[in-house]
Amino acid sequence: MADKKQLRIATRNSGFIDPESLESYLAVGGYQALGKCLTEMKPADVIETIKASGLRGRGGAGFPTGVKWGFAAKYQGERKYVVCNADEGDPGAFMDRAVLEGDPHSVLEAMAIGGYAIGGNNGTIYIRAEYPLAIKRLKMAIEQAKAAGVLGDNILGTNFSFDIELKYGAGAFVCGEETALINSMEGNRGEPYTKPPFPAESGYWNMPTIVNNVETLANIPAIIMKGADWHSSIGTETSKGTKVFCIVGKINNVGLIEVPMGITLKEVIDEIGGGVADGKAFKAVQTGGPSGGALTYKDLDVAIDYESLMKCQSMMGSGGMIVMDEDDCMVSVAKFFLDFTMDESCGKCTPCRIGSRRLYELLDKITLGQGTMEDLEKLRSLSVNIKDTALCGLGQTMPNPVLSTMRVFEDEYRSHVVDKKCPAGVCAELLEFVVVPEKCVGCTLCAKVCPVNCISGKAKEVHIIDQAACIKCGACLDKCKFDAIIKQ
Amino acid sequence: MSMMKITIDGKTTEVPAGSTVLDAAKQLDIHIPTLCFLQMEDMKFNNMVASCRVCVVEIDGRRNLAPACATPVMDGMVVKSNTIRVLNARRTVLELLLSDHPKDCLVCAKSGECELQDLSEYFGLREIGVAGEMSTYRKDISPSIIRDMDKCILCRRCETMCNEVQTCGVLSGVNRGFSAVVAPAFEMNLYDSVCTNCGQCTQVCPVGALVENDHTWKVIDAIADPDKVTVVQTAPAVRAALGEACGMAPGQSFTGKMAAALRRLGFDHVFDTDFAADLTIMEEGSEFLDRLQRFLDGDKSVKLPIMTSCCPGWVKFFEHQFPDLLDIPSTAKSPQQMFGAIAKSYYAELLGIPREKMVVVSVMPCLAKKYECSRPEFAVNGNPDVDIVISTRELGHLIKRMNIDFDKLPDEDFDNPLGASTGAAPIFGNSGGVMEAALRTAYELATGETLAKVEFEAVRTLHGVKTASVQVGPHTLNLGVASGLGNARELLELVRKGDKQFHIIEIMACPGGCVGGGGQPYHHGDMEIIAKRNQVLYEEDAGKPLRKSHENPYIIELYEKYLGKPLSEKAHHLLHTHYFKRQQL
Repeated sequence: MADKKQLRIATRNSGFIDPESLESYLAVGGYQALGKCLTEMKPADVIETIKASGLRGRGGAGFPTGVKWGFAAKYQGERKYVVCNADEGDPGAFMDRAVLEGDPHSVLEAMAIGGYAIGGNNGTIYIRAEYPLAIKRLKMAIEQAKAAGVLGDNILGTNFSFDIELKYGAGAFVCGEETALINSMEGNRGEPYTKPPFPAESGYWNMPTIVNNVETLANIPAIIMKGADWHSSIGTETSKGTKVFCIVGKINNVGLIEVPMGITLKEVIDEIGGGVADGKAFKAVQTGGPSGGALTYKDLDVAIDYESLMKCQSMMGSGGMIVMDEDDCMVSVAKFFLDFTMDESCGKCTPCRIGSRRLYELLDKITLGQGTMEDLEKLRSLSVNIKDTALCGLGQTMPNPVLSTMRVFEDEYRSHVVDKKCPAGVCAELLEFVVVPEKCVGCTLCAKVCPVNCISGKAKEVHIIDQAACIKCGACLDKCKFDAIIKQ
Repeated sequence: MSMMKITIDGKTTEVPAGSTVLDAAKQLDIHIPTLCFLQMEDMKFNNMVASCRVCVVEIDGRRNLAPACATPVMDGMVVKSNTIRVLNARRTVLELLLSDHPKDCLVCAKSGECELQDLSEYFGLREIGVAGEMSTYRKDISPSIIRDMDKCILCRRCETMCNEVQTCGVLSGVNRGFSAVVAPAFEMNLYDSVCTNCGQCTQVCPVGALVENDHTWKVIDAIADPDKVTVVQTAPAVRAALGEACGMAPGQSFTGKMAAALRRLGFDHVFDTDFAADLTIMEEGSEFLDRLQRFLDGDKSVKLPIMTSCCPGWVKFFEHQFPDLLDIPSTAKSPQQMFGAIAKSYYAELLGIPREKMVVVSVMPCLAKKYECSRPEFAVNGNPDVDIVISTRELGHLIKRMNIDFDKLPDEDFDNPLGASTGAAPIFGNSGGVMEAALRTAYELATGETLAKVEFEAVRTLHGVKTASVQVGPHTLNLGVASGLGNARELLELVRKGDKQFHIIEIMACPGGCVGGGGQPYHHGDMEIIAKRNQVLYEEDAGKPLRKSHENPYIIELYEKYLGKPLSEKAHHLLHTHYFKRQQL
């Protein structure tokens, strides 16, 4: 059932071939697409095919890949570069790593095709150093491909030469932003710069450069072999092909999936994901990682594509999908993501450097029960202005988790601020552990386990928790055999 | 050049391709506030990092606001610079900046000159809507500069100045997120880094994060001490800019009022570094002629070009960056240090007091001079030749603090014997001036003829690198002049390669020379101010009856009574120095 919903293009070979063997890749038709391009297609034909296929950037922004290649082909430069962005950094997401570790040659092949299309001979893979296996396999694949003549000088006996080198990133999330990535590759501080000019015009060493994400590239050989029509027949009106997602969180089947665009969230969560774990109630799913937003049960029938997710004030992102259940506090979730982006901000522009800290502080204040209605208003207006003024994609999307949770779960924010309660029972400062007198049999176990001795009561009598002294550790609740202690 | 049509707030204009929205707005007389942005074309300084986000505007068809300073104009662009959305965004950005900025404006060295303060006033901010944790760093205090990163707003102007204009590479962004800050490598202290103390970073810092190490109270203490004899000297470029520090328009000379003010401040002897500039020419010019003669005679131990050594920023620069060329610069001390050495020997003897009783104060356009006077080789038994250095800015503050109505002061003369100077001295403050002064004297000493035209126009422009050739007797001398350390590096690379034989090279660390010094009143990016100061000094030269250093009667007297002749043993002991190899990181 679950498999039928999936369609594997980018991950077509992962798990099926030996990633350390060129022969294994050749056996499934590897490098035939490159051969086809070099012998049967002009560069412009390649670009037209990719344009017609409707392929869009899988790194998150969804820019049409063929259009990007077309720009780079148009601009003149002493050299032109094809850069593979393998600086995957969303928390809990590993789409690119799976492709690089499972099918490295498909990425190399696609880069060479990109080079041929734009008239460039240099490829660079910017990969985070924390991916040692992917690095090992890429190095191996590059050597094998060169030895076999599908990479290097005069590929397959043609006039086209293309070489690929690796550049290691230190794992800064912001270096996934293409201008920061270029700065980092040039040995500069990994911080973004203002576009335009876009890299397609002036990028790596001020030369025309295309920066494509791993998953985007992995689609290319399949599109060349099967044709633009085949690819554009999959998906929705504006979003063609498939998308790899990493479903994590409170779900039964955790892991990597590849699904056609247009599939509904419900299908992904219930059918592929096997539903919410432990029989709990579904609360929300965060797509787009720390840059995205929360979708709720109202959005379960939304067809997953770039535009629909944007309409729901989330985004496609690179493929992170975090499922949350009734036990998750949405204020805490927003705080978690802010903690991440605040830490990963490069610090260059004011809204991101200082704004992320202020957003985090406001959220923290709310989870501690010290928030006011005025703080909620500040949170909202600060978020809107940060989105509007930040320099790069990181800062512009950083308030999304705040805005989307505030929009969808406004009641939960109000509970924290007005009632000083955390409905999901997550924010320790807002919790109360209380004894239900009807259920308490006076067994004294809770009093014995309490580390601060704040539970009193005689044996066989109803016990009482001193709220002022309670540190909300929850030990009593776990210990009680009669469900006589509840948190509220 | 293709033109781009752009409409801002309903007004339409055309600008050349490559112009920014801010350029177009200026053309339309629309004011868009900026903070991090700063451009000084003459200096090749271009800070377009678009990091502060104060200048954001609405552009039709774009989802987000865009920084006017760094957004190129596209044909047909429609921009709105004053919508409620823009105003709210700018105010938020400013509030965020202020939420992480100390509110100690009352005691901040930059108060009144602070661009962040100006913006806050411009926006009419009456409260700061956001608050939270503030970044805190240790204060880094070098002899010249105080680096207080609590105040840094990450505009990166200092970085652009230090790396791209001065090519020193001391300052760059480190750490990330809220902890991001500008610092030397490994966050070491400026004093331990390759910092040349040129102070150009303080000229461009919009806030109080980089300021001079203020010594005005030390000066007041010295003047107030009845056991001390205070001697003050003022560098050439100070007189061309002091008026600005006292609220007057740039481009006027205040030599006479400055001498009067120094006397009102209570200095016992008001002298002039210009005197020492003439002395420098005697020593450096003689050293040059000596080296030239030996060079022409085929002495392989002699190297040319000779390079000027007046500028302490430049001296420290070559000690770090060109340790292989330490035998090229002149061994002559800078005018400041020559003055100190003569004041505490010759003049102290004339007064009949021990050197320890004398306090020599310098007023300099320069922050590196503060470091220079602290170099151990410029002290005798731990007693420095120059005790305290204050900048032009600091003198301006002192004058105001001591209730001196500068504008109404009479013109007064300097005291003698260390106050008289020729026209060759004031031009030391201009890039090319030392060269010109040296040529005037060298020509006459070498040829025995009188120089008909004393102005060497070829070295009088404001270009960063100037080269020329002059005929001195039978010899054609190749001259090189650079101001700004990036330009100096360019010239030095030529020397290192040896493609062209230069004979004499003048280098000043600050763009334009000392008139553009790191200790001068803030120019806030207005390069015309520097051109005006430059003009003041040339006028001062033209107005002097004597214009060649060797004609200065007090210099002649100094040699007759005390030093013997240029390059004598005593002159060597008092007026010459040596250089050190320093680390390159």
